[in-house]
Amino acid sequence: MSEQVGKSLWHADAAEVFIADEPRTDWHDETLWFVRSKRDKASMQVPEWEELRELASGIKDHSLSNLDNYLKEFEEKATANGITVHWAIDAAEHNEIILGILNRHGFNKMVKSKSMLTEECHLNAFLEENGIDVVDTDLGERIVQFRQETPSHIVLPAIHLKKQDVSDTFHEHLGTEKGNNDPQYLTEAARGHLRGKFISSPLAITGVNFAIAETGGFVVCTNEGNADMGAHAASVHIACMGVEKIIPKAKDLAVFLRLLARSATGQPITTYSSHFHKPRKGQEMHVVIVDNGRSRQLGRPDFRNSLKCIRCAACFNTCPVYRRSGGHSYHTAVAGPIGSILNPNLDMKANADLPFASTLCGSCSNVCPVKIDIHQQLWKWRQVLAEEGYVAPSKKVAMKGMAFLLSNPRLYRIAGRIGRSMMRAFPGLMNNRKMNPWYKQREMPEAPAQSFRDWFKENKT
Amino acid sequence: MKIGLFIPCYVDQFFPDVAKATYELLTKLGCEVDYPLGQTCCGQPMANSGFASLSKGCDANFISCFKHVDYVVAPSGSCVLHLKEHLHGSDEKAATHIREHIYELTEFLTDVLKVGSLPASFPHRVGMHVSCHGQRGLHLSSMTELRLPEFSKPMQLLNLVKGIEVMYPERKDECCGFGGTFCVFEEAVSVKMGKDRIKEHAVNEVEYITGVDVSCLMHLEGILKRNGSKVKTIHIAEILNHEVKQRV
Amino acid sequence: MSSRERILSAITANKPGLLAAPALNLSVLPDRTDMVARYVRALELIAGKAVVVSSFDAVMEDVRATRAAGHYVVNTIAALGPLSDEVTTDTHADTLEPIYKAFLSAEFGVVENGAVWMTESQMQNRLVPFICQHLVICIRATDLVPNMHEAYDRIREMEGYGLFLAGPSKTADIEQSLVIGAHGARSLVVYVVE
Repeated sequence: MSEQVGKSLWHADAAEVFIADEPRTDWHDETLWFVRSKRDKASMQVPEWEELRELASGIKDHSLSNLDNYLKEFEEKATANGITVHWAIDAAEHNEIILGILNRHGFNKMVKSKSMLTEECHLNAFLEENGIDVVDTDLGERIVQFRQETPSHIVLPAIHLKKQDVSDTFHEHLGTEKGNNDPQYLTEAARGHLRGKFISSPLAITGVNFAIAETGGFVVCTNEGNADMGAHAASVHIACMGVEKIIPKAKDLAVFLRLLARSATGQPITTYSSHFHKPRKGQEMHVVIVDNGRSRQLGRPDFRNSLKCIRCAACFNTCPVYRRSGGHSYHTAVAGPIGSILNPNLDMKANADLPFASTLCGSCSNVCPVKIDIHQQLWKWRQVLAEEGYVAPSKKVAMKGMAFLLSNPRLYRIAGRIGRSMMRAFPGLMNNRKMNPWYKQREMPEAPAQSFRDWFKENKT
Repeated sequence: MKIGLFIPCYVDQFFPDVAKATYELLTKLGCEVDYPLGQTCCGQPMANSGFASLSKGCDANFISCFKHVDYVVAPSGSCVLHLKEHLHGSDEKAATHIREHIYELTEFLTDVLKVGSLPASFPHRVGMHVSCHGQRGLHLSSMTELRLPEFSKPMQLLNLVKGIEVMYPERKDECCGFGGTFCVFEEAVSVKMGKDRIKEHAVNEVEYITGVDVSCLMHLEGILKRNGSKVKTIHIAEILNHEVKQRV
Repeated sequence: MSSRERILSAITANKPGLLAAPALNLSVLPDRTDMVARYVRALELIAGKAVVVSSFDAVMEDVRATRAAGHYVVNTIAALGPLSDEVTTDTHADTLEPIYKAFLSAEFGVVENGAVWMTESQMQNRLVPFICQHLVICIRATDLVPNMHEAYDRIREMEGYGLFLAGPSKTADIEQSLVIGAHGARSLVVYVVE
């Protein structure tokens, strides 16, 4: 499948391009595997780790089964605390709401901390088209913003870049010394550059890691402090959340905050876990609650618990395919295994390749702190996509042929015998790198004269 | 106790020695082993491609072949997992019976036969490849992601083999990259994953790489041969069945 | 129908049957041994520094010395000397930008991760713990909880803003190299007062 989706290649083709630079692939793979190992070490510090996962999963399952009521409770409490709650049915409405707030105040600039939801809604592009200067303040996101790229990882946005790349980018945009790759030096440059932006920005957008129904508050987790620098300096703070971010009670946060950073980066907790309940005196605080297909996913029994995701990216870090293909080969805001079960819900046609970008090894499901059965959902999405006609016709024909053969023992045996005889007589047949993808980098298995059945019939009956 | 031996389609066609070793091993351990001659495939290739809906004929054939045995045993983690999770048919009672009594070879040996000793001998350095579906699907061994007690049914059996030295690669349970049709539709990633596994085994200077799934081994062997490596692959059944036939 | 109505009715229609919330019963009891020593170690592991003291003397000296060096110090702790009354909830960021070092109290520390819990009233202004170059926090040794579950049990009522703060600001976004001092404080010292 080498068809193009807009500017993106299907995963298999993009991955092939990525892997062509083998040393870089090895570096990307090793870097992310290291993050996975840090997660492992952190989980070993918590004897009750598996119990916590079970609890987190149960809390989220319960929340989703009572989601409408929790959202209403959240809205009521938040509103009573002085927060303005908005509802956006889709990405377009989300973007319009934010633009509306900016326009009402006459603001033409803002800072934004990490929010995968705003990536999903393509907020930056929309705002820029409407004359708003958007500064992404997470260091990794600022780097990719300068480079006009999208983040390749939901927690480590610039993981695909080497320090040389960052140095070049900062030299171009911040005037840092050419060739100075020192991360300390580069981070200091970004600190100075963004500090000014924080202080002068009248409006800040943050994401929401968890929204608490019981209190009407929400929690934002960062290591850099950028979400808070923006929000506490701004006269308007907008927090964007998907409907699924709701958890019932404040005490539930203990479970999630014990799991989140350990799963994401191997830290016991992020540097900052900010609990917002009321706007600062004199500040305007908004929460935008977004659906954008989530209620539809909620209605899919096989896929609804993908909504439990807390965006830790542990599944990315463990996925042997993601590590060797890079986030951009998934051509969506949320890549990796979780993206492959969320994105087909948003657009089945454009994301039909994603559930197949997997060997179904199951490692993702094991690292998921909320026990999403990711690899099983990948398999189930394949059935849906085939049913809906999004699997290549040639594949369907081949599968029909295979199904026919395999339900007819005699035909199966004949086909097997013929296949093996041909391979023995004409080895060159299969040995064609263009026609036989297996043969590009692997030898074919040898074709024996006798199948096991032949031997068994001859010797044992 | 009547055992129905299920041999995966590609093992039947391309790796009959693995099937022979499985048959011989089970027989040596005192089992009454039947090999239903009408068997074809478990249906996994279609199902993993999204066409589980097309596997009815294949499933019906499987059920008719194996409905009368007490246990179905197969030298394949992925086939057994697939059948356990997805085998259904118009004779649902028979399908259920099969799903509840189907075993991959090593788990059959440890859990049902409770094998405590083997006459096998294999004095070689062997790399253990942990096949994903057997491990994470059938729980043939513990998993590095989970904080649960360590165990391994395949290792338990290999430790009964005289002279063998088994070593894990550094990334103990990373996938080999075969993944069914993934091996051709995502060829670049598939081969890269296989090459990386092989590199880690090479660090241990193994002579053989073994595992419970021929699919993994076939994929790794393809890469090993293409690169002129001296390392060979061997299925665990062949090791467990390996006896020194004569003194040299 | 408003978007709110559309979203809520879609959720009502699509949600699964009600599943009970799990009971928060963990089989492992929290470790209460050597809490001070373990807290110190936990903070060290996240690039912070903990100093166990028997009085406020060392902290007062820190305040004095930093001021003497000509730096802008914000102090919110009565025991340490004159309070920085100029910092209030709505003080502008411009005015806070020059803060060199801030001395704040926290409600308690969390042993499992080296964090402290601070409320808005303790910070006086939400931006203070972020915008200062260096941060010093004082907690009592008796105000340590073993884990996050007990932490949330202790928080009776949430103020308008509250924060778990664990170590100085950091990032590893440049080729996974850990850099301390991203946008928030470059260093964190927690005085554990016995």
